[in-house]
Amino acid sequence: MSQKAAPNSKLWRNMLLAFLVGGLICTIGQGVMSWMQALGLSREDGGAITSISLIFLSALLTGFNCYDNIAKHAGAGTLVPITGFANAMVSPALEFKREGFILGVGAKMFSIAGPVILYGSAASVVYGLILAIFG
Amino acid sequence: MAVKTGNHTYLLENTPSVLSFGAVGSKKESEGPLGRYFDVINPDSSFGESSWEKAESKMVQISVGQALSKGNFEADQIDVAFAGDLLNQCIGSAYGLRDLGIPFVGLYGACSTMAESLALAALFVDTAIAKKALAVTSSHFCSAERQFRFPLEYGGQRPPTAQWTVTGSGACVVGESDAAPFVRAVTIGCIEDLGIKDANNMGAAMAPAAAKTISHYLADTRTRPEDYDMILTGDLGQVGSALLEQLLEQEKVDLKGRHQDCGLLIYDRKQQDVHAGGSGCGCAASVLCSFILPKIRQGTLGDVLFVATGALMSPTSSMQGESIPGIAHLVHLSSGRRRKGVE
Repeated sequence: MSQKAAPNSKLWRNMLLAFLVGGLICTIGQGVMSWMQALGLSREDGGAITSISLIFLSALLTGFNCYDNIAKHAGAGTLVPITGFANAMVSPALEFKREGFILGVGAKMFSIAGPVILYGSAASVVYGLILAIFG
Repeated sequence: MAVKTGNHTYLLENTPSVLSFGAVGSKKESEGPLGRYFDVINPDSSFGESSWEKAESKMVQISVGQALSKGNFEADQIDVAFAGDLLNQCIGSAYGLRDLGIPFVGLYGACSTMAESLALAALFVDTAIAKKALAVTSSHFCSAERQFRFPLEYGGQRPPTAQWTVTGSGACVVGESDAAPFVRAVTIGCIEDLGIKDANNMGAAMAPAAAKTISHYLADTRTRPEDYDMILTGDLGQVGSALLEQLLEQEKVDLKGRHQDCGLLIYDRKQQDVHAGGSGCGCAASVLCSFILPKIRQGTLGDVLFVATGALMSPTSSMQGESIPGIAHLVHLSSGRRRKGVE
């Protein structure tokens, strides 16, 4: 009964916006990448600069109170790329500043992104072992 | 003296009166349909304070200040204050009332706290153990978000069933008077839990509690919805309101268009991007103290059943996979001391 009364998310609209915004972010990333390579950087260095600039942009927009307003419409489009990860770090840092730099910012900064880091690292250990044994 | 009737309801024979009341809101509340009825609107949701929690306490101070000054009361004339909010350990109320020196009873009824505090204040006055009692609650969008959900700047999507916590506070001074609005009866609600686990769908979790309390009250007083001008729930929102009407229909109780919900009244859902409506202690409190009580005082509304609803979960219980227990308390407010047509 409660499920019947609950309106559904606008699935097609959400998917389209996520596709467009996510695509736009990746296009910006590719643009930076191509530009860096045109300036003579290697593929690896160019990739690092691309990540850094996208993270920087996302953190800046979070600080300027814009990122959540874009994400409200874009959903997974802003969540999945590296920008979403940056936002997940910066937003608690801003929010918990009032509790001090150690127990506030320091402890709470990883409250959303922490699980990703933990299980990401754990998965990489597993893959490393598989590679070491069978590789 | 209060008399118990049926299993859950107390009839207040001395019909205490809501002597004065005050409502505070912020920018989003002022942009809603009820914006012009608030006593104080501060477009700056920080209320000039350095944290959201301090802002919430400031709102409590302002609404209590309004309620006291509108009735020309001093804090030391108030015998007891019943107050509560959504923050851990009810710090919104405790810090808000810290400097007033009023005997303080801290309550936690989640978003049902306005009805809970008003019911207790009215019972204290009706039984003459208090001359004047204060009931006050508050909620703040930003302090609730950071405690129950995500940081403000986190980029997430809210599902359509989610509700928007009202930044607001409402305060009532209850005492003896010949002027309306009168408190005629109160029903203390039971905890109802039908197993809803989605913290983004609190309307659905609270609707069964509201249905139960309303049907208890109607059975205890042997009255029907037609005897009232409005049955006003706290913050069921769009989803919970629909469920309430369905649940009562199953019990052959037809609200017949008399049902209103504070969460649907306070915001314009089409324009204000609040999804299923408003919520929070401040929702029921500010709608009651800005919009409803003046109408009862003027007599444009006769009998109102104010049923504030609360979801009694915590972030910890949600994370541990517990379902959400709901509660609803009822206060019968009236423009007259006796029912129309009786005596």
